[in-house]
Amino acid sequence: MKYILGNQESVMPKPLLELICPAGSLPALKAAVDHGADGVYLGLKDNTNARNFSGLNFDAKALAEGVRYAHAKNCKVLMALNTYPQPTTLKRWQQAVDTAATAGLDAIILADPGLMAYAMKTHPQLRLHLSVQGSATNYEAINFYHEHFGIQRAVVPRVLSLPQVENVVQHTHVEIELFGFGGLCVMVEGRCLLSSYACGDSPNTFGACSPGHAVRWQQTPKGMETRLNGVLIDRYADHEKAGYPTLCKGRFEVQGETYYALEEPTSLNTLEMLPEMHRIGIAAIKIEGRQRSPAYVAQVTQVWRAAIDAVKRNPAAFKPQAAWLAQLDKVSEGSMHTLGAYYRPWK
Amino acid sequence: MTSPIKLALGPLLYYWPRDKVLSFYEQAAAWAVDTVYLGETVCSRRHELRLDDWLYLAEMLTAAGKEVVLSTQTLIESESDLKALRKVVDNGPFRVEANEFGAVRLLFEAGMAFVAGPALNVYNPDTLALLASWGAVRWVPPVEMPRTMLAAMPIPAGMETEVFAYGRLPLAFSSRCFTARHYNLQKDSCQFRCIDHPEGLLMNTREGEGFLTINGTQTQSGKVHTLALRLDELVGMPVTGLRLSPQAQHMAEVVATFRDALDGVLPTAQVAARLQPFLPALACDGYWLGKAGLAYTHNM
Repeated sequence: MKYILGNQESVMPKPLLELICPAGSLPALKAAVDHGADGVYLGLKDNTNARNFSGLNFDAKALAEGVRYAHAKNCKVLMALNTYPQPTTLKRWQQAVDTAATAGLDAIILADPGLMAYAMKTHPQLRLHLSVQGSATNYEAINFYHEHFGIQRAVVPRVLSLPQVENVVQHTHVEIELFGFGGLCVMVEGRCLLSSYACGDSPNTFGACSPGHAVRWQQTPKGMETRLNGVLIDRYADHEKAGYPTLCKGRFEVQGETYYALEEPTSLNTLEMLPEMHRIGIAAIKIEGRQRSPAYVAQVTQVWRAAIDAVKRNPAAFKPQAAWLAQLDKVSEGSMHTLGAYYRPWK
Repeated sequence: MTSPIKLALGPLLYYWPRDKVLSFYEQAAAWAVDTVYLGETVCSRRHELRLDDWLYLAEMLTAAGKEVVLSTQTLIESESDLKALRKVVDNGPFRVEANEFGAVRLLFEAGMAFVAGPALNVYNPDTLALLASWGAVRWVPPVEMPRTMLAAMPIPAGMETEVFAYGRLPLAFSSRCFTARHYNLQKDSCQFRCIDHPEGLLMNTREGEGFLTINGTQTQSGKVHTLALRLDELVGMPVTGLRLSPQAQHMAEVVATFRDALDGVLPTAQVAARLQPFLPALACDGYWLGKAGLAYTHNM
């Protein structure tokens, strides 16, 4: 059962390596726009998106200003509505779709099929993207969302290798967007309930992993302890820098050995893979970090703009510049970088 | 009085030697379960049983009067994963449980009625209605769904609702193998170490609290989720079945305890004492109450 690649949809050329940057606030949005983002993504101030942290995100006024600012500089604005609506609160998610449509957003990023159906029916002109939270890791799944809801772009979970991504691209009309830089989920997005197991709130319904209200930092005689709803996520010796207790990045004990049992506190940086992503035909690169500062957004956008322009000019000659890497190192969480699953030393 | 609620044996989440799997299901044929889910849902590298072996077990269990459902893999990444998925969908007689939307597409295209597995993230009536329109005849809510949310879900006509009611909770899926990582092995040369851990590897906090369970690419709860003491709360709920997730020891006793408790043979007050010796870890039921999943409100 193969997806038939018809002609009528291949008439429109797909975008190539658009730079999509995080906007957790209006200043961050402006920083992204000013430093060369092709698109920014943002969310509303509630659990309709997966960065539901206090002090972040957009109300109606900031949204209008953000859209005006971005569009004036030819930058697209995408809205993440990528958590899962629940029976008693479904209306609020639908209203958020309406808000996006009336505010002139260029696309909304969805994970829930029910909400996709609502958007398609109520606002047929509105462009739909499949969120990474939709957990679509193969072309059968992506094509399903395309056939039923007209999804035009899919953000792929950070678990596929680049050859696997290439195979997806070759079997779908849907544009493929990849994460390029920032925080790294080691689990399939949308398929991780570790946070709600520990503290009751999960990305799927609450819109946050390891949320701030459940976090405690405590200096003890044994060292600085970080806890999530009482569960010890890590303990740091005096010479160690204590990190945020994202629970998959803590140290745990397995069979008498204490180590980062799931993942080190690294962040993703795929700069050196840009020529390959260019060759494969990746439509867009997403920068993670709506919870980060405008300064982070400015720095990262600037570097990635330069890198993408360079790879488009001459992919064969592309080499990440030392200055770019140094600039990215300064802003990344933890001190280590990884190519994530795109390149799998552990596979 | 016999309860109309059915019992289902969920798919085996661990990697056991072939003989152990075969004998487990030979015994299960005599247990008071109505439905048995078969197949490998966690890791495509596991190969003690091939599809033909699962189909053999499916026929054996069908002959024993069980409804058999073949479960698909939760993370489908590669072309060979898709090939395996298509074989399961094209198996012929047996119903299939879809655990991601690639499987939903194949089942929809084939016009086959299917079970919507717990990883499909069905959190609202609109999505459930869509799944019904695509051919789902049974759904398993996400394991984190609280009782109140389930009670607020209008259920499409003819749709069965099966709740994850016993076992370590399947919480997260990755392409990275955490068992291989523990042994400093690469995933592609993992030496199939999962087979040494019939109920996974316990991951403790640095103060010795059993927090999570490493099961290859899957991460489970450290505690055993159980609704055995909360069966009275199912009255008036749209629940038609309970899923019990296989464990290496005492599964027969767990099944019998649930059946007796459902049918009123075992009084509610005695359920805890009867179940206690068969629990491989501390119990939890927080998700059902809308709390942290690891919370537990009874003392066993």
